[in-house]
Amino acid sequence: MTFLPDRTLHHLRDLLAEPDLSGTRYELLGLAGRGGMARVYRVLDTELRREVALKLLDDAVLAPDLAERLVREARIIARLEHPGIVPVYDVGKLPDGRVYYVMKLVRGRRLDDHLRTMPPLRERLALMERLCDTLAFAHAHGVIHRDLKPANVMVGAFGEVLVLDWGVAKRLTRTAEHDDAAEAVDSAGVPGSPVTWPAATHTARVGAGDFARAVTEDDDTLTDHGTVLGTPGFMAPEQAVGAIDRMDCRTDVHALGALLVVMLTGSVPASAEAWRATGVPRPLAAICRKALASEQASRYADAREMGADLRNFLSGRQVSAYREATWERALRLARRHRTALLLVLAYLAVRAALLFFPVR
Amino acid sequence: MSGTIDTDGLHGAGGPFPPTRHSAIGRSRSLDAGERQRALGALIESYWKPAYKHVRLTWHADHEEAQDLVQGFFAHALARDVLQAFDPARARFRTWLRLCLDGFVSNERKAAGRQKRGGGLALLSLDFAAAEDELTRAGGAGVEPAAGTAPGDVFDREWTRSLFELALERLRRRCGEAGRDASLTLFLRHDLVEDGAAVPSYAELAVEAGQPVTQVTHQLGWARREFRVQVLAVLRDITGSDEEFRDEARQLLGIVPT
Repeated sequence: MTFLPDRTLHHLRDLLAEPDLSGTRYELLGLAGRGGMARVYRVLDTELRREVALKLLDDAVLAPDLAERLVREARIIARLEHPGIVPVYDVGKLPDGRVYYVMKLVRGRRLDDHLRTMPPLRERLALMERLCDTLAFAHAHGVIHRDLKPANVMVGAFGEVLVLDWGVAKRLTRTAEHDDAAEAVDSAGVPGSPVTWPAATHTARVGAGDFARAVTEDDDTLTDHGTVLGTPGFMAPEQAVGAIDRMDCRTDVHALGALLVVMLTGSVPASAEAWRATGVPRPLAAICRKALASEQASRYADAREMGADLRNFLSGRQVSAYREATWERALRLARRHRTALLLVLAYLAVRAALLFFPVR
Repeated sequence: MSGTIDTDGLHGAGGPFPPTRHSAIGRSRSLDAGERQRALGALIESYWKPAYKHVRLTWHADHEEAQDLVQGFFAHALARDVLQAFDPARARFRTWLRLCLDGFVSNERKAAGRQKRGGGLALLSLDFAAAEDELTRAGGAGVEPAAGTAPGDVFDREWTRSLFELALERLRRRCGEAGRDASLTLFLRHDLVEDGAAVPSYAELAVEAGQPVTQVTHQLGWARREFRVQVLAVLRDITGSDEEFRDEARQLLGIVPT
């Protein structure tokens, strides 16, 4: 019998750990990434002759709810057809019982890697704007991500932003109002239409208990109340205590606020109160503070609203989160209308010159 | 969307593991003497090396003593129908067997009856010299188990090695029967390289075999899948229950139990 040295034994064990893709249309190319409960493999779709990513649960037998969660994740993503969300192509089960889904192979860098070089502020804010657009699309379709963090955001070679890992995403109950909101966002391509996901309207017109009932999700049986899902530093207070029935679009807004702080400063805020903006324009700091507010009601209603405020800042308009002083308003308007102002000043200068030095 | 998602209907869905069949442990209780003998033979084939190395390293027995003890243990187990006492509900088979072995060694040492060991019992044909050679090659002869090593670690590690070695032998036979010698060669060249040897790339193997790379990866893929099948088949044979088989398979296949 052939003796197998330790190194060979380890290699063979690693081989066995690789998914057995026999019976599927995919051929294994390598491991692309590893998460808490699943691994992502680079595989070749032998029928379409293209490389794709296959996300596979580590274990389906001992924890069948994880299999359900993965399928649920795939179905949620499949419904969200947006350039900022990785499309799902297929879902299935391997001979060993493990569930997988196949998605587009994303090429790019994780946001935290991308930020190491600290690109110019305007570029970082443009990324943030795209991120808000993607989340606004999901919110309009009644889906919240619940685990937004730099590791779950990919930046492509052309600055495209992709939101990954919807494994703990939550679907909110649909109503006709939500469908209208989603339709408006769909037709607009990017959010911008005056549509509102009911987080804001609900909180405005009903109490917390009613709101909990109104948005009780239909498929969150996989997440027990009190279970904490998310990442410290990005989790909203209601998420940190596992108050599942209180989580809504504003839970994602909190994480977006933390992401904005990371983009501006390079570090994760300990809390909204503890965070001190250093060298950050005051309106931007106000956007961060509003998104990171401990009280849900004090945050932006959803990602669309936050994205709109970011756009306001980028285009020199007034930011809703910031009450500016008169001189600040004047300065902002002057900057925004710099060209027109310069023309007027030039005209006045010429007129003044003509007045004092009349042409004979 | 309902609260419960049915994952059974997904395409490609099969049973998580091969269908249950009787293991060698189950067959060792057969009323058919021939069947019983073959099953016991399969169990000894799988377990004697882990037992020998366990006694050598954990009990610090020298080659002679370990050889006598392991011979005595299996002869004793066969003669006294010790395997009948195994209850899959209480322990996994390999843990139970190791504890039986430990009890046997302890008793034998107390009785200090090396001369009596195996007295009157048929000696089994086991290649202890080869096992000793493996220990030497692995640098394990005469050394203490690494600090922090639990009592069963040596046995468990050698059990895995024995399992893989048996699966490899079965793979050789399977490749011969299926006329897939080329696949076996590629598997041996790429996945069974000796410690320190360079692993050839697919492109290098393709040049060696005079085949396109796609053909090489295809054949290698077949051998790997077949090896996996053989590992599971051996595992099925040497585990005491379906649950134990699943648990062991989960660990061997790299799936992390939660």
